[in-house]
Amino acid sequence: MKVAITSTGNSLDSTIDQRFGRCAYFVIYDTETGGVEILPNPNRDAQEGAGPASVQLVASRDVRKIISGEFGMKIKSLLDSLRIQMVVYKEPEKTVQSVIDMLKK
Amino acid sequence: MKIAVASGKGGTGKTFVATNLFNVLSGRGEKVTLVDCDAEAPDDLLFFEAGKRDEFEVTHQVPVISKDACTWCGRCSSWCNYNAIFYVPTAKVIEVIENLCHGCGACSFACNSGAITEKPVVLGTVTSFTTSAGSPLIESRMRVNEMSPVRVIKAAIKEAGNEGTVILDAPPGTSCPFVQTVDTADYVVLVTEPTPFGLSDLRQSVETLKTMNKKCAVIINRADIGDNGVKDYIEEEKIPLLAEINYDPVIARCYSEGRLITSEDDKIAGLFASLADKIITEHGTGSNKW
Ligand code: SF4
Ligand code: SF4
Repeated sequence: MKVAITSTGNSLDSTIDQRFGRCAYFVIYDTETGGVEILPNPNRDAQEGAGPASVQLVASRDVRKIISGEFGMKIKSLLDSLRIQMVVYKEPEKTVQSVIDMLKK
Repeated sequence: MKIAVASGKGGTGKTFVATNLFNVLSGRGEKVTLVDCDAEAPDDLLFFEAGKRDEFEVTHQVPVISKDACTWCGRCSSWCNYNAIFYVPTAKVIEVIENLCHGCGACSFACNSGAITEKPVVLGTVTSFTTSAGSPLIESRMRVNEMSPVRVIKAAIKEAGNEGTVILDAPPGTSCPFVQTVDTADYVVLVTEPTPFGLSDLRQSVETLKTMNKKCAVIINRADIGDNGVKDYIEEEKIPLLAEINYDPVIARCYSEGRLITSEDDKIAGLFASLADKIITEHGTGSNKW
């Protein structure tokens, strides 16, 4: 299963970006293969609609679960309609690697 | 001529200036119209006894997508500049996010499969009133949850026409609604306060107006409560100072109770009258009388 984690930078040592739609990077981790893909978020500076566009982006990668600090109301219903699980993880100090370690267990 | 009255983030007295300027001109029998362009929170009407004359809705066309006709080509979504079409073909999800839609029509144009039709969505209303002094007051009011008040504001300004003096009470900030409002004005009056916040707001407004090539002048409200920063700045920028209005608890109370100080205090009425004359004689067409 693929999991998207919002990240402030383009390495696994970066901390978790608390914003979903306007995060700097998406780290996509595959729990089966252990593979990691880091995508810069093209929507981070979008004037409007960054949230839905970001959902669209991760959904197109077949992500089933998203981990981020917060999600807007509209985002919740879009994710529900796609049956993507949303995990609110308000830990701005934690690194992406630490989340991946948790997923491994 | 159209005069926009604006003030950065707001709260520095633009509504105070706009309504009193309107009141003074109206009181001396000039043809004058007030347009409340602060469509997100219009409040000019509070200061007048006015009867409703007319009201219309401002709409735009948003797409309606038929999933049955859709061939999942993705053109509509990629043509949309506003991320308003949520498109995940793998999950067979395509959805219009109406409050992000600007009604530009690009998606209908892009669709080659006839899957997109359009329906009108109400953005807000424009209401015309006539005040007890016989002058028109036009209010723009955006519907809650809409993304942008711009279309409603533009419709209200259009409704005001071009005769006599039209005063536009501009929306706060310096973003799209402000720009679209002052863009229609011949002259912009910036109301500010002599404080660091006032100055930083004023700077932003002036910089925006410069890029638009708009003439402006400044009114300093509560002129006696702050520092000299604003004065130094406008001197440097060679922006005319139209008036300084000192802080007066009587003015403040009058305003907070929804009354017009220019109807109650001759001295202040005189100040507004000379202010109006300054703007109109210097920048108007001279054809402002009935
Ligand atoms: S009308 Fe324009 S803004 Fe609205 S969904 Fe279509 S392309 Fe996007
Ligand atoms: S352009 Fe038309 S056919 Fe293509 S995805 Fe959009 S609605 Fe479907």
